[in-house]
This record gives sequence, C-alpha cells and structure tokens, in this order.
Amino acid sequence: MTAVSTSAGAIGASELLALYEQMAVIRRTEKAAHDLFLAGLVKGTTHLAAGHEAVAVGASASLRPDDYVFATYRGHHHAIARGATPEECLAELMSKATGVCKAKGGSMHLTKASAGMLGSYAIVGAHLPLAAGAAWSAKLRGSGQVAVAFFGDGATNIGAFHEALNIAAVWALPVLFICENNLYMEYTPIGSVTAVPSPAADRAPAYAIPAEVIDGNDVVVVAGAVARAVDRARSGGGPTVLEARTYRHFGHSRTDPATYRPPEEVQEWLQRDPLDIARARLAALGVPVEAAVAADDRAAQLVESAVAAARAAPPPDPSEALTDVWADGGSRWRT
Amino acid sequence: MADMSGRAADPTREPGQTVTYREAVAEGLARELRRDPAVVCLGEDIGAAGGVFKTTQGLFEEFGPGRIWDTPISEQAILGLAMGAAMTGMRPVAEIMFSDFFAVCWDYLANEIPKMRYMTGGQVTVPLVVRTANGGGLGFGAQHSQATENWTLAIPGLKIAAPSNPADVVGLMASAIRSEDPVVFFEHKGLFASKGPAAPDGHVIPLGQAAIARAGSDITIVALAATVPMSLAAADLLAAEGASAEVIDLRCLVPLDMATVLASVDRTSRLLIVEENPYQGGWGGTVASIVADEGFELLDAPVRRVAAASVPLPFADALEQQVIPTVDSVAAAIRALLAY
Repeated sequence: MTAVSTSAGAIGASELLALYEQMAVIRRTEKAAHDLFLAGLVKGTTHLAAGHEAVAVGASASLRPDDYVFATYRGHHHAIARGATPEECLAELMSKATGVCKAKGGSMHLTKASAGMLGSYAIVGAHLPLAAGAAWSAKLRGSGQVAVAFFGDGATNIGAFHEALNIAAVWALPVLFICENNLYMEYTPIGSVTAVPSPAADRAPAYAIPAEVIDGNDVVVVAGAVARAVDRARSGGGPTVLEARTYRHFGHSRTDPATYRPPEEVQEWLQRDPLDIARARLAALGVPVEAAVAADDRAAQLVESAVAAARAAPPPDPSEALTDVWADGGSRWRT
Repeated sequence: MADMSGRAADPTREPGQTVTYREAVAEGLARELRRDPAVVCLGEDIGAAGGVFKTTQGLFEEFGPGRIWDTPISEQAILGLAMGAAMTGMRPVAEIMFSDFFAVCWDYLANEIPKMRYMTGGQVTVPLVVRTANGGGLGFGAQHSQATENWTLAIPGLKIAAPSNPADVVGLMASAIRSEDPVVFFEHKGLFASKGPAAPDGHVIPLGQAAIARAGSDITIVALAATVPMSLAAADLLAAEGASAEVIDLRCLVPLDMATVLASVDRTSRLLIVEENPYQGGWGGTVASIVADEGFELLDAPVRRVAAASVPLPFADALEQQVIPTVDSVAAAIRALLAY
C-alpha cells in the first residue's frame, strides 16, 4: 500500500487564512443546501461535499486562473473554490433564474466556464477523458495551461478512467487526475470492490504515471502535492495521479443517511475535520484565534445573504426551456 | 505551401474531374485543415496508415503528427478528448472507425456532447465533428454493418450529416467542421468506391438543406446517403414504365429539411421514404409523422417506408439483401404506391 503523504507545501499565514475562509464558505454552503432540501426548496437530489473542502480549496490554490477544472456530481466545493458564488450555486439548486446554469443544470452540473470550471459531470468517470482533451488542447495551443479532473474512488473501476490515464500518459498531457477517496463508492466500501488498497494510486503505475496518496483533509498538504504535479505538467512531464484520502460528512446523496458506516470510523474522521486541521495550522503559524473566528463570521454572513438572495430570486422564464441547445441560442432542429 | 507530393488531393485538379467518395473525405478534411489551424484529427489508424477505409490518405504526410493523431483503441477517450478540446478552443474531428462502435462510447454521444451547452445554460459550446463509416452491403456481419443514423437522431443536441456523393462530402464536411455545434458525420461504406464530380473550390453546403437529386411529378422519394443512388436507380426503372419519380436527398437528419419534403409532396401527392436503418425506430418514422401531421391533405396515398427489416444484419450476401433496402424493393414500393 502506498504511504500517505503529509508533506506540507509552503503556505504563509495570510494565504492559509484565506484558504480557511474558502473552506468555511463551502462548509456553510453545503449545510445551507442540506437545510434548503429539508425545507422543500431544493428538488431532485444533492451530493454534498462537506468534509471534502480541503481537496478543492488546496488544489485551487495551486492552479492558475486560466487552468481547467472538471468535477463530478459531488462538485459544489469545486465550483466555489474556482470562483462560483454561493448565491449562484444555491440559486441553481433552488431552480432560480439567477442560478449559475440558469437552472438548467442543477446540483449535479454546476459549471462556471468563465472561471475555468468546465463542468460537473453526473456519469461516473466520463469527464476524465474530457480533462485529458482540455490538456491536449492546451498542449496543441502551447498555452501552458493544465487541466484537472476530480473524481471519486468509485470512478477508478470504470473504463473511461483507464482510457484517460493511458492516453494522457502516451501523449504526455498536462493533466492531473485527483481522486477524492472517501472510502465508499456510493453505499459500498471501495475496498470490497477493488483489488488494490489505493484504487487510483495503485493503478497509476500500470500507465507509467507518477502517483501519490495524500492526506486530503489537510489543505496545505493538498496544495503542496498539486503544486508539484502542476510543475511537472507545465514543464512537459505529463500527467500525475493524486489520491486524496478524505471522508463525507453526509451520506452519498440526499436520501442516504449512511448508516452503513461504522460509528467509530465516522468519529475518527470527524475528529480529522479539514477545517479543524487548518485552524490548528493557523495557530501553529501564530495566527490569533480571533482571525479564524472572524473568517468564520464572514463566511456565515456571506452564505446567509446568499440564501436570502437565492430565495428571493425569480424562477426561470418558461421560454428558457427551449433555448441554449444550439450555439445560435435556439433549439430549432427542422424546417 | 506544403509539399505537393504529400497532399491529400490535388488542388490543381481539372474542373469536372471525377473523384471517389473516399477521396472526397480526405479532400474535405484537407481543405479545412489548410484553412483553420484549430482543426485537428484523431482516431484509430487515421495517421500513418491513412485510415482503414483510406479516407484519411495523405493527411498525415501533409499535416504531420501535430494535426493528425493516431489513438489507441479507446473510443471513450477519442470522443472525450475531442469534447474537452472542443470546449477549449480547438476544432477536433474524431473518427469512430465503424458506426457500430458508437455503442462503446455512447455516453459521449448521448449524455455529454449534446447536453453540455444546454445544461450549462449556454456557457459552453462543443464545436466538434464525429466522423464514422456507416451502413451495410459489404458483408461485414451484424457488428460492422449497421446503419446507426437513427441512434443519433434519438438525441436532441446533435447535428447529423450523411452525404450521398463526393461533392456533398466536401461541402457538408466544410459546414460540419465550421459548425459551432457538434455534428455526427456519417460516411457510407457502400459508397466509398463510388465516383462523382469533384467539389469546386470553396464548396460549402449548409447543414439542413436537402437537394432534389431528381425532379419528378408522380411520387416523392425521400432518401439519405446510400439510399439516394438506390432510389435514383429505382426511379430510372420506373421512368421506363412511364412514371416520374422525384428523389430528395435529405443530406442531413438534423437540421431536417421538411420544407423541401412537404413542398415536393405538395407537387406529387405521394411519399415513399427509403432508409437503411431498421424500420423499428428508423428516421423515416419521424419524416412520416411530420407529413401526417402537417401534410395530410396533400396526400393521395398512404406514406410508405422501405427500411431495413427489424433483425440483426446477417453475414451472407443472399441474406443481407433480404434485410436492407434494394433497388428492386424500392421499385416495388413505388409501383404499389402509384397503383394506390
């Protein structure tokens, strides 16, 4: 089994405080999504990322604004880490005209293309070849951009994962494959359906791709590992697989209370909450506790006003249903 | 100007010269590759080997490995790469060797490529082309002979072109590659060796514009790709019997040029649809339903469809000819409708 790296990157106190605040915003947004669902204001389903904040925020800290990110249906944290606002994300979940996808995508398809967040994909593993394609495009254009695919442990057993890793290695594409291993593919322990202990990292050597298993709950560790992989990608060294160990604070989706997880396991991981770890790191850097509390307060206020604005926003105009199919904005398919 | 010896097709070709359909595919790609540096091709054996159907012959020599990319046998990666590249500034043209293989990358054709623009509220466009060798008649059996254009017609968000002759291959290829929307481009295996006039310079045929391949007054025959020459041959047989059949080459299924079809039915009052995909779920059902809805009063006879039988395609020629449309089955259907 690959050792879990806790090697920390060099992040200063003020930057870490900003990352902490981002994580706090995501945590509160996810809690708000949960509450709005229970209040009947979010329909369909949601796959909350509370517990996964450090992966999104740490990775984003080591990317350029013009780099590309592809996420999964559990992707609220990636949208926000890349610059989508809690208001436009919650408005999307609440089927409002002001939603980040005009209420046409929903929770599983949050996208903020202007921030390089090129989509959340709800077919497991489908976006790994897309990230490889964006990396191929960057290579063809000589832009120096990298692409990142975030995916769950469950995606490592689907064909698209393997096709993407192979082509990315053969073409030396500037792409990062970042697995958020939260130990469960939906309701089933990943270890019970996978022959190797580290489902992503242990497969990488078969494609001659360097891999690292990292502590996905430590934002500083994630930022450091992503920075190393990004350096390799930008300098022509090809793809990297990172397997970030993390844990869901909620169930798989809205309808899942996650009773299949042993209580002691849940307790162990809750004690390793990414926000707690970041706060400890802030303290170690000499940041006064008041600064973290102030960041929490700002996050709470931001999300509170986001909820209010999303609630007050109008529903989409019914005519929107028949727009945006084609590039001309319409949906006309015949004369 | 690139080395002439490596050119996919000779641009100094005399006007009126005859070329094959397969040469026209390479010519259509080469013209767009020369015009726009964002155009890039990927697929299995399309580079150094020139394509298993020789439809990309000469491209690798002219444009090199930076434009013409050989891939592993990874259809999901091929379409996924194309989509990711299309979303980020490139104009990829992906080849899926046989249209039957759409089934192994169907997620990209059904769930990803056609839905991206809509479900992001118009934030992202996907300007790519998926080229594929389609159709039967060559004895390749059940998994390499299908006409699958109806599969793609079932998915809103894909444009669909299926040329019937070399000049249309070039003209529709230009529009497909320049399209801001994703286009599935069906090249018919049974037509690769067929010949026709070369496309003039700068030839562009807009997507969704049907052609009247043969004017006639007694019956309208709507056809696509290989069923166009088949319907023209049947119309010739009927002409000898004194009947005048109009043959419409749809060229595209999306956009679907129903205005041309309805105007023709208005003149002839009879409609026969000839399609190679199975009757069960075939594209002719969509054409027939629109005519029934909007052209009912134009008709003096029922709408008929000649389509493939609803069975897997058999291997033996003698059996395959029982399943897919033929000149004889089309001619018989015309006679029956004219006698109605």
